[in-house]
Amino acid sequence: MEGEEDLRESMIEEDIRANGGDADDKRSKAIISSEQMDVEAYASSYTGRTKIARLIFIAEKCGNTTMELEALRMAYDEIKKGENTLLFRDVVEKIGGRLGAAYGMDHAWVDGVDRRAEARKEKLENELNAYRVQVQAFVATVKVIYKYSMESPSFDTNLIKESIRMGYNDFGDFYYAHGALGDAFKNYARTRDYCTTSKHIIQMCLNVILVSIEMGQFTHVTNYVSKTEQTPEALDPVTVAKLRCAAGLAYLENKKYKHAARKNKVIDNVNFRKFLELVPEVREIINDFYSSRYASCLEYLENLKANLLLDIHLYDHVQTLYSEIRHKALIQYTHPFLSVDLNMMASAFKTSVAGLEKELEALITENQIQVLFVPTARIDSHNKILYARHADQRNATFQRALQMGGEFDRDVRALLLRANLLKHEFNNRQSRKL
Amino acid sequence: MESAEAMIAHIQGLSSTPEDLAHLHNLLKQSEDSLESQAPNLGPLLTQLDPSKHSLGYLYILEACASATWGEQENELVSTIAKFIDSCVTEQIRLAPEKFVSVCRKLKDETMQLQMPIRGVAPLRTAVRKLQPTSEHLTTLHPDFLVLCLLAKCYKAGLSILEDDIVEVEQPRDLFLYCYYGGMICIGLKRFRKALELLYYVITSPMSSMNAIAVESYKKYILVSLIHNGQFSNFPKYTSSVISRNQKNFCQYYNELATSYASGKISELQACLETYREKFETDNNVGLVKQVVSSLYKRNIQRLTQMYLTLSLQDIANTVQLNTTKEAEMHVLQMIQDGEIFATINQKDGMVSFHEDPEQYKSCEMIEHIDSSIQRIMALSRKVTAMDEQISSDPIYLAKIGRERQRFDLEDFDTVPQKFHM
Repeated sequence: MEGEEDLRESMIEEDIRANGGDADDKRSKAIISSEQMDVEAYASSYTGRTKIARLIFIAEKCGNTTMELEALRMAYDEIKKGENTLLFRDVVEKIGGRLGAAYGMDHAWVDGVDRRAEARKEKLENELNAYRVQVQAFVATVKVIYKYSMESPSFDTNLIKESIRMGYNDFGDFYYAHGALGDAFKNYARTRDYCTTSKHIIQMCLNVILVSIEMGQFTHVTNYVSKTEQTPEALDPVTVAKLRCAAGLAYLENKKYKHAARKNKVIDNVNFRKFLELVPEVREIINDFYSSRYASCLEYLENLKANLLLDIHLYDHVQTLYSEIRHKALIQYTHPFLSVDLNMMASAFKTSVAGLEKELEALITENQIQVLFVPTARIDSHNKILYARHADQRNATFQRALQMGGEFDRDVRALLLRANLLKHEFNNRQSRKL
Repeated sequence: MESAEAMIAHIQGLSSTPEDLAHLHNLLKQSEDSLESQAPNLGPLLTQLDPSKHSLGYLYILEACASATWGEQENELVSTIAKFIDSCVTEQIRLAPEKFVSVCRKLKDETMQLQMPIRGVAPLRTAVRKLQPTSEHLTTLHPDFLVLCLLAKCYKAGLSILEDDIVEVEQPRDLFLYCYYGGMICIGLKRFRKALELLYYVITSPMSSMNAIAVESYKKYILVSLIHNGQFSNFPKYTSSVISRNQKNFCQYYNELATSYASGKISELQACLETYREKFETDNNVGLVKQVVSSLYKRNIQRLTQMYLTLSLQDIANTVQLNTTKEAEMHVLQMIQDGEIFATINQKDGMVSFHEDPEQYKSCEMIEHIDSSIQRIMALSRKVTAMDEQISSDPIYLAKIGRERQRFDLEDFDTVPQKFHM
């Protein structure tokens, strides 16, 4: 009898181990290199401004001189292709001559770009003014014409509106290229009044969203995303994906992780597979999480952490997200059991029993491991076992009913007293008046 | 002007039927001044009257006597008044309540001066009972009685009055003092629930300006609710805005204490206590603050019972920041004794096993308790309905509503008279 018991126990143990613990030896494939991230490879998947921004961000956060200089060098090269002199000065200052003379302050280039920019700005302004004058003239003409005929002038208005819109749009592009984000935003937003088709509106919104993301103003992003979604015309899938991405980022920034995840999931549906192939680590993590191989899942996450920390958008959130993932894993692990051996659980999560106890304690306090109102887990610290605790609904209901009764009793009596005080005060005032 | 002797004769002759008493009351009122002028000589006359028969007359003369200085004979005065309160007839003294109150106040002052407040406790309790028409009425003597109880440390005696549910109140000041002193008595008896209730009445009462009673009640409320509930939550919306506006000026350090308590860390709470020790001392609340500190140990241990089935004394001591396992054991033991936790200590290996609340809500006592709560609440609800009816038919109230209605010219309201003539 006893032998049988033992046998069963050891079988269970086996099971649990297969579930959590030593999964590593079986799955020694694809352990990702957490070493140096290949900056060049990383950067090549981005273009334009984000590339520069991400490179600068990496340079700031990596805390490793070779990598920092590498990133800055690439940023320098990238900026030279564009016209953003502000950013250029910034990067040069950051390099501080550490990359030799070739990467010093290129005054000639800067001046040249600035001069060209000045000229272009003037030209744009002139164009825009010309359009404006045209509009005024047009309005005056219309007034005159209206006196004689009732013909609709809409065709001509649209034409002029369109040119003004283009003018502002050009201005926006111009400022954006030069890094004056605030001005770019203003100009893009201004085109709104001159939009005549929903296509224009979508273009305007996308422009605004892009600029706002770079400025880090995520309230604008959500605003314009919803505006775009309201346009009557059906959106093509690429635009939808872009919008979802933008919204996801915005939610992330506002710490609404749940929404962010949901939004991301929607884009993922179509391109999920392809997307995952690009980032094999993420796929591994998700697979591990769903098949309850927590140790390896967490290990992968730990490996990814260094790289994620270098991501411009995730940087602020990595810590919080990680602890959330860990909590979820802990909760998921305990879910199917009536009692859990803490030693085994600790090894499944690669931590000490004492540490695990502290973590569980925190979770129980936050009522995360719970059903309804009563915390449902308790730790047997002596035997190191976590027990599920079955809430006695009947007792809990009695307890709460009595408590409610007590509170109601007190509140009603307080109410009667207050009413009486008011009544007497009122009567006194009346009798004084009479 | 009647002589004192004639007065005595009147009193003796007119103390039986209600009509006679009304007549006598008029006579007494008229001769109030003359009684006062003869105050020093009235003492001996009292012996000619029987307080249990001639209560009204006795009361008038006693009041006149009492207002005179008694010098060495304070003792005698105290026992005379006590005897009178004991034997007087309820119906008669209710004809002149203000005189009765004045006599009782004299008794209170004298006993306090003699530094024997305990002598006033029993007579004043009788006085309160005789003066109040029902146990729901608050009299102006309530606070006086409670002060004597506090001074004499006869908390139990005070409790007998506090157990009544007061509903009828005339003066807000009486209620405030009654609740404040009552709260202190309950704190003294460690009946924190009741104390909270009483202090709550003061703080949530309608008031148009700040008063010292409310401030002190607010302070004590915070402390007691930390001790009793382990937290302090804000007051409901109907609390007078005067309180919420001013509490920061008067009680900021109490709020800080509550915040440091919420952190659950003994060290933080201690630091807060040290920072504001002087202020707590001026408020005479140091004792309560100390109870707050020790309640945090309990609270933390209680929290552990939610999380652990077994835990070593050493771990308990570490988690709740106690120095030795011995101290932890003492705390746990005390809490088991007080029924605050359900646990057993295994001294052999220093482990504590925590159990679930054994209450199964199945016993006869529990059913009775629940039934009585239900009855109570039903009675309360009836009272609310009655009061609602009474107010909605109150002429003064209707007159006011009628006046206000005129301002809005709405047809929807034509069920209410446009103008109510009285």
